[in-house]
Amino acid sequence: MSIPKIIKLVNGEKGNLIRITSLNLEGVMRRRLLDLGFVAGAIVEVIRKSPLGDPIAFRVSQTTIALRKEESSQIEGVLMTNGE
Amino acid sequence: MGSSYRIALAGNPNTGKSTLFNALTGLRQHTGNWAGKTVSLAQGNVQYKGKTFHLIDLPGTYSLFSNSSDEEVARNYIVFEKPDVTVVVLDATSLERNFNLALQVLEMTKNVIICINLIDVAEKQGITINERILTNRLGVPVIKISARNKKGFPMLLDTIDRIVTGAIECQPVPMAYPDEIEEKIKKIEPKVFELVGNQLSARWVSLRLLDGDEKLLNEINQRFGQKEVVE
Repeated sequence: MSIPKIIKLVNGEKGNLIRITSLNLEGVMRRRLLDLGFVAGAIVEVIRKSPLGDPIAFRVSQTTIALRKEESSQIEGVLMTNGE
Repeated sequence: MGSSYRIALAGNPNTGKSTLFNALTGLRQHTGNWAGKTVSLAQGNVQYKGKTFHLIDLPGTYSLFSNSSDEEVARNYIVFEKPDVTVVVLDATSLERNFNLALQVLEMTKNVIICINLIDVAEKQGITINERILTNRLGVPVIKISARNKKGFPMLLDTIDRIVTGAIECQPVPMAYPDEIEEKIKKIEPKVFELVGNQLSARWVSLRLLDGDEKLLNEINQRFGQKEVVE
């Protein structure tokens, strides 16, 4: 048991499951991300990272969505331990 | 007898909206332009019990708030052109994602049918959907169909018919927001009502204004701007 580790989506590693806690974005982009399923409480999986680390593909409500680091660095969540 | 009603089809992309549209209209659709936008909407007619249902196939979108032109066309049609019934087509295998749009539509307008498509595929995946519970929770009819196999069409057409004749009244259950937001809605809703009257849902417009939706405000100004002079 350890304290929940909060990370930014941009820092997730392939295979990580992250339960979103907050979106630090405003306006249209915030709305857009919410519409795509990046809502607090949702669990997203890091599917793959581009060679240079940007963009990153996430699985969110049964769909794969790639985000640029401009957005993925503004979304935080609890890193869920793999395999537990 | 000769009465004609406008039925809008809304839904996420790839939920089988156009399949439903084509199956119902028998592929006799033509396209038309709306609201000065170059996004075209397919339209076609269905005859049912001596009435004409004029179907409008709105662009498929995940939301009606993100300001892309597709979403604006779909939103403006539902809000300002006011179809007699809006049918929201959902993918039964992906309800969580699909309900985002459905709940948005339920806030905008009253006469809504939630049409859960691809029910055959969902059942194969072991997904069972209790449409009665959903109907009770949402306050509008929920119907399961398979557009591909033409399953559930009689129920859908009959429900449309019963809404336009007033046999069923839709009472969408309002979404409750946190107290802070509800208080703000209460503050501005009466003023919004003075401006838009019964033309639009004052609660919905208030919510959009609180969200800072300037495009909607401009659209309302354009469409209702002269109204005050007339009255």
